[in-house]
Amino acid sequence: MTELTGLTIAEARAKLKAREITSAELTDAYLAAIDAANPTFNAYVAVTHDKARDMAKASDTKLAKGEAGALEGIPLGIKDLFATEGVHTQACSHVLDGFKPRYESTVTSNLWADGAVMLGKLNMDEFAMGSSNETSYYGPVVNPWRRQRTETAVTPSIHMGEGGFVSAGSVARQVKALDNMRLVPGGSSGGSAAAVSAFLCAGATATDTGGSIRQPAAFTGTVGIKPTYGRVSRWGTVAFASSLDQAGPIARDVRDAAIMLKSMASVDAKDTTSVDIPVPDYEAAIGRSIKGMKVGIPKEYRVDGMPEEIETLWQKGIAWLKDAGAEIVDISLPHTKYALPAYYIVAPAEASSNLARYDGVRYGLRVPGKDVIDMYEKTRAAGFGREVKRRIMIGTYVLSAGYYDAYYLQAQKVRNLIKRDFEKVFADGIDVILTPATPSAAFGIADEDMANDPVKMYLNDIFTVTVNMAGLPGIAVPAGLDANGLPLGLQLIGKPFDEETLFQTGHVIEQAAGRFTPEKWW
Amino acid sequence: MSVDIATVKRVARLARIAVDDADAERMTGELNAILGFVEQLNEVDVTGVEPMVSVTPMAMKKRQDGVTDGGKAADIVANAPATAENFFLVPKVVE
Repeated sequence: MTELTGLTIAEARAKLKAREITSAELTDAYLAAIDAANPTFNAYVAVTHDKARDMAKASDTKLAKGEAGALEGIPLGIKDLFATEGVHTQACSHVLDGFKPRYESTVTSNLWADGAVMLGKLNMDEFAMGSSNETSYYGPVVNPWRRQRTETAVTPSIHMGEGGFVSAGSVARQVKALDNMRLVPGGSSGGSAAAVSAFLCAGATATDTGGSIRQPAAFTGTVGIKPTYGRVSRWGTVAFASSLDQAGPIARDVRDAAIMLKSMASVDAKDTTSVDIPVPDYEAAIGRSIKGMKVGIPKEYRVDGMPEEIETLWQKGIAWLKDAGAEIVDISLPHTKYALPAYYIVAPAEASSNLARYDGVRYGLRVPGKDVIDMYEKTRAAGFGREVKRRIMIGTYVLSAGYYDAYYLQAQKVRNLIKRDFEKVFADGIDVILTPATPSAAFGIADEDMANDPVKMYLNDIFTVTVNMAGLPGIAVPAGLDANGLPLGLQLIGKPFDEETLFQTGHVIEQAAGRFTPEKWW
Repeated sequence: MSVDIATVKRVARLARIAVDDADAERMTGELNAILGFVEQLNEVDVTGVEPMVSVTPMAMKKRQDGVTDGGKAADIVANAPATAENFFLVPKVVE
């Protein structure tokens, strides 16, 4: 971290406007940091040096003329899921080999229109399917956080005593040392979270279908918000599960997340699910008092086998909000436990349909076959990774004749019940819901338990997936460290299109908990 | 419900993914683990509950039925593995 890359978006914005720094300097500082550290983290799958420098130069011209946009000159990383014209866009899949779109996604168009600078494309789980970034065709991303352990350091000592006596011995003391085991940054937006946490971009775009923004944010001590379904346009974002996918930012703090979401969100005629509500000034919500706000604590989020420190963290969060004047109310969301199984029917079903387009005809990889069907089958067998194939297969099965009612229809009914649970508590006067963000801290790369049992990996999303099923906004805010010194996050869930309350309340947690930066070992 | 190797092969065929016997066997175990996990949905009473069709209550946006885009054939085929004169090329499908 240099002086420049250490700046938050808000700080850099002020310095750029005051002409204390230039975007060219800021961008060069990030490019140098990426060139030095990316071989360690594998956070970027493509770095756009020339484009970044050109965009920075254009921003400096605008800043000099006093025509700065909301993100003028701010260098950002873009998840590989967003279509960026003429630049690597593969959803980190081999099946999209060589794909360079001839168009720009709405989200990135909005960011560039506000003056942001693109540093490159960020690693992710293939087609956003994963919770550890290990399903990427480009390999895993390394979390900038490492476990801390206490070691006994023994230093030899020679003591010269009175009268010339020499006593030789040793002094033992307890020292903290970083364990060199490589941890996952979470997923699917693992590259986004790692790059923000390691100061390789000022902020990053991400997407969340079941927890893919909030879980990696929690694993890396960063802030991530999944907005209400329909707030951010999905146009030009590679589709995974269309009724659940929503883009949002991962940033260093709550204010930066608010600044980024304001630019990413829009009303877009190109996405029929984009909702016709003006985008509020989210930053204005930061610093507002939460006095009198009703915060719901759902009892169903206390799950078996949850580590004690997650419960402790949750209690701390409750105390902070209470101290700030909020009223704490115990609530019940009875269908919570069914959200994850329902998700593993709905999401694969939609994925199997969305991913039918990758057939070796219009873009990406083609493996020759003896006829057209053989070509499709060989292309898809070679192009998709194991997790993606697994989900396409589940989706195809649950949608197939004879099983549609038993699985898909049942899951969509349960989904309605999950949504009603939330509607009921909000109707009863709850303003916001506080839960843990994840059931654990970051785990090791190639963790055997997770690798051998897909369901165990899926359980990472147990606290986040309900929010996608109900289409609600959710934010993950870092709130503390576990016994090994790894970050843990709390989640706030809001009413539809009430992201402002999430920023307002998230800021209160941030003020109480402080910010979390990994010790630099790279 | 659980699947056997024959079902897995049939589903793979529907999904247009080539699988060999070893793949099919591995997938059978994985798919059964997931199907076992989602089985618990059957215990939910869904009497009188409508399946969700839209997560936010919204009427689909409509616009004038007019041409708003086009004339981009070269852009559309630009990323295709095989093309000729702005057509996608595929292996022969008609004898």
